[in-house]
Amino acid sequence: MNLGRVIGTVVATQKCEGLQGKKFLVVQPLDHALRSAGEPIVAVDTVRAGPGELIYFVNSREAALALDPFFVPVDAAIVGIVDDIAADAVPPTAGVFIGEPIGGGGAR
Amino acid sequence: MKLCRVLGPVVATAKHKSYAGRKLLAVQPLDEHGASIGTSFLAVDDVQAGPGDVVLVMQEGNGVRQLLQMGSQVPIRSLIVGIVDRVTVSA
Repeated sequence: MNLGRVIGTVVATQKCEGLQGKKFLVVQPLDHALRSAGEPIVAVDTVRAGPGELIYFVNSREAALALDPFFVPVDAAIVGIVDDIAADAVPPTAGVFIGEPIGGGGAR
Repeated sequence: MKLCRVLGPVVATAKHKSYAGRKLLAVQPLDEHGASIGTSFLAVDDVQAGPGDVVLVMQEGNGVRQLLQMGSQVPIRSLIVGIVDRVTVSA
């Protein structure tokens, strides 16, 4: 699953069976610091997300499983609207990787 | 599976029902020496991991469905399945 920002909407009149009534949004994938990570994608919405909102989405076969019925041709689905991310000030990890301490932490 | 470092929790109120009551963490993939590689992503936690922990992340839906035992319709693809004690790479 990845973070993303809703940056637009998609309207398609003619579409495959199973996609009727579904809302499609343009999503810019982001990393934990909200930096762009890759090219924008189109994702089906399951949580009533709107333009500008920070969301997370799931890719691949699991995207279809977010819908009911789930036998639908989609490969990205928005499954949550993000309230808060607490991903800064991660404590250093020491002693896991033999040889080289990471994150500024001292080795054992 | 991927070695990752847990960055921190992602909180969401409006979410798919399969995510209700589950801890969602931002994780950063690491190489075998503990250096960051690639872009961070999100994973559901199944092993009580916390920020700073080095973890093992599975990214395969069938495995997730087997572990979580929530039926066949679970839109979760990334799951933290272990907290890593040590990684040793022979040169």
